[in-house]
Amino acid sequence: MNETEAVPVPAPAEVEENYLSAGHTVRSWLLTTDHKRIGLLYLFSIIFFFAIAAVAAAIMRLELLTPPGDLVLSATYNKLFTLHGVIMVWFFLIPSIPNVLGNFLIPMMIGARDVAFPKLNLLSWYLFMAGGLLALHAIIVGGVDTGWTFYTPYSSRYSNTHTVEMALGIFLSGFASILTGLNFIITVHEMRAPGLTWFRLPLFIWSHYATSLILVLATPVLAITLLLMMLERIWGLGIFDPRLGGDPVLFQHLFWFYSHPAVYIMILPSMAVVSELIPCFSRKRIFGYKFIAFASMAIAVLGFVVWGHHMFVSGQSVYAGMIFSILSFIVAIPSGIKVFNWTATLHRGSISFETPMLYALGFIGLFSLGGLTGLFLAALAVDVHVTDTYFVVAHFHYIMVGGTVLAFMGGIHFWWPKITGRMYPEKLGQLAALVTFIGFNLTFFPQFVMGYLGMPRRYHAYAPEFQIYHVLSTAGATILGVGYLLPVIYLLWSLRHGKKAGANPWGATGLEWQTPSPPPVHNFAEVPRVTGEPYDYSPQEEEKKAEDDHA
Amino acid sequence: MPETKRALAEHFETLEQQHQAAWLGMWTFLATEIMFFSGLFMGYIIYRHTYFQSFEIASRHTNIIYGTVNTAILLTSSLTMALGVHAAQEGRNKAVVRYILITILFAAAFMVVKGAEYYEHFKNHEIPGQAFHPIPQAPQAVIFFYLYFAMTGLHAVHVMVGIGVLSVMAWLAARQRFDRVYNTPVELAGLYWHFVDIVWIFLYPLIYLIDRHT
Repeated sequence: MNETEAVPVPAPAEVEENYLSAGHTVRSWLLTTDHKRIGLLYLFSIIFFFAIAAVAAAIMRLELLTPPGDLVLSATYNKLFTLHGVIMVWFFLIPSIPNVLGNFLIPMMIGARDVAFPKLNLLSWYLFMAGGLLALHAIIVGGVDTGWTFYTPYSSRYSNTHTVEMALGIFLSGFASILTGLNFIITVHEMRAPGLTWFRLPLFIWSHYATSLILVLATPVLAITLLLMMLERIWGLGIFDPRLGGDPVLFQHLFWFYSHPAVYIMILPSMAVVSELIPCFSRKRIFGYKFIAFASMAIAVLGFVVWGHHMFVSGQSVYAGMIFSILSFIVAIPSGIKVFNWTATLHRGSISFETPMLYALGFIGLFSLGGLTGLFLAALAVDVHVTDTYFVVAHFHYIMVGGTVLAFMGGIHFWWPKITGRMYPEKLGQLAALVTFIGFNLTFFPQFVMGYLGMPRRYHAYAPEFQIYHVLSTAGATILGVGYLLPVIYLLWSLRHGKKAGANPWGATGLEWQTPSPPPVHNFAEVPRVTGEPYDYSPQEEEKKAEDDHA
Repeated sequence: MPETKRALAEHFETLEQQHQAAWLGMWTFLATEIMFFSGLFMGYIIYRHTYFQSFEIASRHTNIIYGTVNTAILLTSSLTMALGVHAAQEGRNKAVVRYILITILFAAAFMVVKGAEYYEHFKNHEIPGQAFHPIPQAPQAVIFFYLYFAMTGLHAVHVMVGIGVLSVMAWLAARQRFDRVYNTPVELAGLYWHFVDIVWIFLYPLIYLIDRHT
């Protein structure tokens, strides 16, 4: 697929203005309905929130350097991990890939001029910001100490912190999620270019479609759950209130009915990114296209029926626990299918190790580790042993940081030339990817060990025998911080000094690469027609031709 | 038709595509609405099962006359709404205005009846909270009433949003904005209104008709 490189891109003067030069006023950004600009608005916002939550994590890691609680009070520590959880989950991870890369790329990948509902798309960003700022305000005026899960009756009755305001922030950002999911679903259904059938769609689209289904079906349940929690706190009584005969475990059921699928909201888009990166840097058609596409759908569907594995020790019945345990094992199958398919795609590919590929390979390794330790936790007996320990913390950070953040970084590097029209410095990129990988493992691998040995989560002081693991973890977090900072610096540098990218620097397939970088306001000069399969890469064309001749 | 051309947003190819997108978008939105209500219905199912006797007795403290009248009002409003949509599809803007105004009137009547009903509960100390008078044979009646207010309250919010949406539709129709080709907004408002109606159809038996046949 080097044909694209050979064809000269029409000079920018011939096509319409690109989306960045179309307006330079603040108004042109804040009132834009261009999906590409909204993607960038989201990018700035989530990086802002990420920074705040990362600082909270840094303070926690510093506190944990020594066994006694000597840096912050236990009450402050509670607020720190709540802040870290809430902001990272709802204001970074969930919007990260879908709202930045998905917004930017989905219309371009399907040959559309915009998403189906551009105004709703902008509204989504405003709701997100309103929610985020409300959550920030709750933090500034004193914080919340319930943990990101808001378990009742602590959150609804006993906590003396700003739970209502924080929950309201999440409630609002939930509607942002719903609008985005709704927009993506309709866009994929109705806006595909002529000839772009469902099985010619890039897998990025399939994964985002599956994500969007979860966004629109699960998020409303979180909304009503948090609404009931807030109502209970304001009204002074409610259906989760045990004094009236209400059941706090019902809150947990409703909460996890959203929050487990939410894990797949975080991981499916990163699988979307990796499914694009692996074939491009292996110069090979993706192995088992349909399996990967259907695996995404299977994850979305199965993700709705495994929530009970968060509640093995909450007092749900043993039989419910057994069923949720089995279902949780089953959900590993489609995830495994994907990992095998990516690996099979690598097999005999012409692999090169540009930065996005390093992140993608890192993703496969770390996601596999995170996924496999998920199986430990799906097993009832093991889970009872490690419930609320650092083993759980390490497991979900392998999925969310090792998975989602690495894929996000890979995606940002891969599409950076498309978004900005500039290349990032390759060597520095590779270095940052490596530093991130090392820092991540040093941070979280020791947590598996200490968790298994019995170090409980959410404590600011601990027994001295765990100190070595905590020191390693804090050291790793420092390296990880460098790994995050480096890209911020060189990506900003590249905006001015990076070399011009051209339409298709990677020689990648996909409609987004057939339009200039940065793309024109309406993406394509004319609506593209699609006549072939996706991932039409061929590494050794001659060799293949020779084989065909031979046959 | 210049009117029709103006109605086509620039990112769509055809009016048909735009209509399809809006239509599918509305159905998806209604799916999210169902999930939104589902948390309350789940709570209702569980507590009705756990505390059936309390629910049975507390249910008799609701006013079935108000409930039934409201059911009749809302069902009839769905008819006038459907007639309004039909008129919009035929491009009869005047009829659209008329039918939608009648629908709004029914919606307002529903709210008035609901208000009277809430007031009666207030007088009888049946609103959960400090002033709630416990019902002796029904220790968990407070959960029933909590769910009653949460569910009908959320539904009432949707009715009020519906009044707003329908008012906009009536205004647009009065300005001759719809024709045979372009009438999607009325159609979607109709879908929303029927959804509001259907939620009530589920609420009515759950609240008023627990063991009331004797």
